[in-house]
Amino acid sequence: MNSNADAPIHQHRLRNGLTIRMQEVRTSPIVSVWMWYRVGSRDEHAGLTGVSHWVEHMQFKGTPHFPADVLDREISRCGGYWNAMTWLDWTAYYETLPSDKLDLGLRLEADRMINSLFEPPEVESERTVIISERQGHENEPTFRLAEEVQAAAFRVHAYHHEVIGDLVDLQSMTREDLYRHYRQYYIPSNAVLTIAGDFHSQAMLKKIRSEYGSLARVAPPERLQRPEPVQRGERRVVVEGPDPTPFLQVSYHAPPANDPDFFPLTVLDSVLTGAASLNLFGGGISNKTSRLYRALVEGEIAASVHGGLAATSDPYLYSIHATIRPDRSPERALEVIDQEIARVLEEALSEDELVKASKQARALFAFNSESVTNIAFWLGFSEMFADYSWFAEYPQRVEAVSAQDILRVAAKYLRSSNRVVGIYRPQNGLAHG
Amino acid sequence: MAEIIAALPQLDVRRLPGPETVLRRVLPNGITVLVRENFTSSSVVISGYMHVGSLDEKPEQAGLAYLTAQGLMRGTASRSFQDIFETVESIGAQIAFVGRTHTTRVFGKALAEDLPLLLDVIADVLQDSVFPGIEFERMKAQHLTALALRDQDTQSRAVLAFDDLAYPNHPYRLPTGGFQETIQQLHVEDLREFRAQHYSPNGMVLVIVGAVEAQKALAAIADALGDWNPSLTYERPALGELEKPRTKQRKDVHLEGKSQSDLVIGAVGPTRHHEKYLAAVLGNNILGRFGLFGRLGEAVRKTAGLAYYAYSTLTGGPGPGPWQVIAGVHPANIERTIQIVSDEIRRFSTQPVSQEELHDNQANFIGGLPLRIESNEGVCGALIHIERYDLGLDYYQRYPRTIAAITREDVLEVAREFLDPDRLVIAAAGPKIEEG
Repeated sequence: MNSNADAPIHQHRLRNGLTIRMQEVRTSPIVSVWMWYRVGSRDEHAGLTGVSHWVEHMQFKGTPHFPADVLDREISRCGGYWNAMTWLDWTAYYETLPSDKLDLGLRLEADRMINSLFEPPEVESERTVIISERQGHENEPTFRLAEEVQAAAFRVHAYHHEVIGDLVDLQSMTREDLYRHYRQYYIPSNAVLTIAGDFHSQAMLKKIRSEYGSLARVAPPERLQRPEPVQRGERRVVVEGPDPTPFLQVSYHAPPANDPDFFPLTVLDSVLTGAASLNLFGGGISNKTSRLYRALVEGEIAASVHGGLAATSDPYLYSIHATIRPDRSPERALEVIDQEIARVLEEALSEDELVKASKQARALFAFNSESVTNIAFWLGFSEMFADYSWFAEYPQRVEAVSAQDILRVAAKYLRSSNRVVGIYRPQNGLAHG
Repeated sequence: MAEIIAALPQLDVRRLPGPETVLRRVLPNGITVLVRENFTSSSVVISGYMHVGSLDEKPEQAGLAYLTAQGLMRGTASRSFQDIFETVESIGAQIAFVGRTHTTRVFGKALAEDLPLLLDVIADVLQDSVFPGIEFERMKAQHLTALALRDQDTQSRAVLAFDDLAYPNHPYRLPTGGFQETIQQLHVEDLREFRAQHYSPNGMVLVIVGAVEAQKALAAIADALGDWNPSLTYERPALGELEKPRTKQRKDVHLEGKSQSDLVIGAVGPTRHHEKYLAAVLGNNILGRFGLFGRLGEAVRKTAGLAYYAYSTLTGGPGPGPWQVIAGVHPANIERTIQIVSDEIRRFSTQPVSQEELHDNQANFIGGLPLRIESNEGVCGALIHIERYDLGLDYYQRYPRTIAAITREDVLEVAREFLDPDRLVIAAAGPKIEEG
C-alpha cells in the first residue's frame, strides 16, 4: 500500500530565487497551490504592528489583470476555495482547485506577487474590517490574556505583539505603509511555492517557469533581528474583566523548531497536556490521560487544560492554558502545575509513556497527510523554519527521544525564572481557593 | 438544459461514491452499515448516529441527551474512565459521542491497524456504560463552566435569542447543551435512565471509510455490535406544529466588557425533505456564501466595510431548521447592518437571482463536489447524508444533473416561501451602547 506521505518531493529553485516544492498525489482530481512569504508580525516595528496581516487582506482586493470580484468569482465558480493566513514568521496564500483549473492558481499567485493595487478606498474599507476582526478577538478574555502574556514575554523581540496588530496602529497606518511593506517582501527570492495533488511534476515545472521565470531577481530582504535577552526572573500579568470564568496561561520561553531540543519538548508536552497537531487547521486527539488533565481536571480545579509548542524560526513560547472552575483559583492551578513539573524532574518518564507519545505522533502524522491541502501546507510550513525533512522525519525524531532528553529539556526550559504567568480574574467573581 | 449542463464543470462520476464503490448492509439488529475503501492514507474513520437526541428529553431537563452522550466514555462495567482513554489515546485514536437535537453522533478515527480496538471501545461504551457517580459530578461541573463561557459569548447568545423568538413552544427553542439551571437539576440516575430508555441499535447508521477492506469492516462491526439487542418500548412523539412569527421580532442581549456585537437575522427555513430544498441551499449560497460571503459579503463587508464576517446559513435537517444571516459588527453599526441585511433579504425574496448568479453557483456546487469529499471524513459525511434522507447510493453521481436542473424561479419560490422580509426575527448580543 502506498500512502500519500510516501510520494517523492520534487525540489527546484528558479534563477530569480523562487523556491518550489511539489508532491504528486493522485487520489482525487484536485490540486492545492500555496505561496509562502517569509514575512510576518516578527518583521514589524512599533507603529506598523499588524501591517503584514493587513497586506494579506489587501492581496484579495485585486490587480489590473484580476480585479477583486473576478478573482473571487473565478475560483468559486470552479468549485475551489482560497484563503490566506498570517503568522509570526510568515504569510501564506492558497487555492485548492479541481486539477484542470490549476493554471488559475499559478497565474493568480504570480500576478498578485507584484501587481496588487492597494487602492486607497479599498484600504480604508478594509481598515474597519480589520478593526472589527480585532474587536471580535477582544470579546474573548483568553485573547486579552494571551496578548498581555506575549507582550510581557518579549520586551525586545518583535514576537511581542499579536499578529492582528495594536488598535492604535490599525487606526493610523497609511496606504503607503502597506504598499511599502508589500513591495519589500513580496518578491520571488522571499517566496516558496508549494503544490500537492493530481499533476505531473515535469509539466508543472514548465508551467511554473512560464508564469514566474520572468519575474525580476531581487535580493531577499533582511529580516528584523532583535534577539530576546535571557529572562532573569518570573514575570506575572493579571487581566481583569466581567467574564465570570478565571483563566490561567503559563508560558515558558522555548526553542525554535529547528533546535534539537524541540522534539523532546514536543514529547514532554504530549505527556503533560496531550498530543497536539502542529497543523494550523487543528485536529488532535483527546488529552484525558495527560498528567495535567489528571491533576487539574480530575483534581476538580480546572474545567479544561491544553498546551502548545509553536514551530517558529526564532525562540518562542511553550504555553499551558487552563480554564479554571469558577469556584477555584488560578493560583491553586499554578501550584499543581509546578508539582507536576517537579515530578517530571524527579522521576524519569516510563517506557510506556515514550511509546505512547511515539504512536500518537505517528497517528497525527497520518491524519496530517490525508488531503492535498494539508500536504501542500506542510511542504511550505516546514520550509519556514527548517526544510521538508523536518516534517517527513517527524515520527522518527519523536521516536528517538529518550527519557534523559526529557529530563534535560524540562530542567532547561520549565523553570519559573523562564516563564510568564498570566491570570485572567473576574472583576466580581468568586475565584477563591 | 443540455447546453447549460455542457457549460458547467464536468465530473467523472465513476470516481464519486456510488453503488459500485459503497457497500451497504443492514444487520439483524437494525444497524445500517456503509463502507467505502480508501487506501491512500493509513487511517480509518467511523462515523454515524443513533436516533436519540434532545427531542427525547423533557424541557426542564434540557441538556440531558447531550450529557448522556458525553458520559458514555466515563466508565463501563469493565473499564474505568482512565482505562477507556488510555486505550484510545495510547494508539493516537479519537472517539466522541455528541448529543444533538434529533440524533446522537458517533465518531471515531484511528490508524487502520487499530480499527478492531476502536470498535471494541465504541461497542463497550454503547452497551455497558455505567456513569460512575464521581465522574458524573466532574463532568457536570465541567459542563457548567462551558455553559458559563457560552453565556458570555456574543454569537452564542444571539443565536439563543433568535431561537427563543423563532421557535416559541417548539423544542428547537432549547439548546442541546441545556441551561445552567437545567443542568444543575440533573442527577446521575437521569442519565442512566435516559440511556436505558432511548439507546438502541435500531435505526443506527455507521459509516466506515479508510484503509480497510469493505467486507472486513462489515464483519468487524457485526462482531462488535451485532449482539446488541435491547428491547425498547419508547417511541418519539411527532414534532408539533410550529407557529411562525406573524410580525417582525427583535431581542437585544447586553453583555458587559465586549468590543463587538453579533447579529442574527432570519426565519424558520425548509426541512431537508422539502421538494425545493436544494434550490434553497443554492439560493443561500448566492445570498451569503459564494466567494467571500456572496451578496451579503459584498454589501456588508466589501462595500460598507462594517464587518469581518457576514454570511448566511441554512440548517435543513429532518425538521424546520433556521435560515439565518450572522454578522459580527461594532455595536454602533448594528442598526445600519440590520438595514443592509434586511434590504438584501427583501431583494432575494422578491426578485429572481440573475442567470449569471445561478450559473456561477451551480458551477460552484458541481465543481466543488470532489473537494468536499476528498477526505475520509468528507466521504463519511456524504454517505451519512445519503442514508439519513434516503437519497439513494447513486445520489452524488446524479448530483451534477440535479443541481443543473435548478432554475431561477425555483430559488425565488423557496426564498419567498421562507424569507418574508416583514416577518424577520432579529437578535443581537453585545455591549450596551451609551446614548447621547
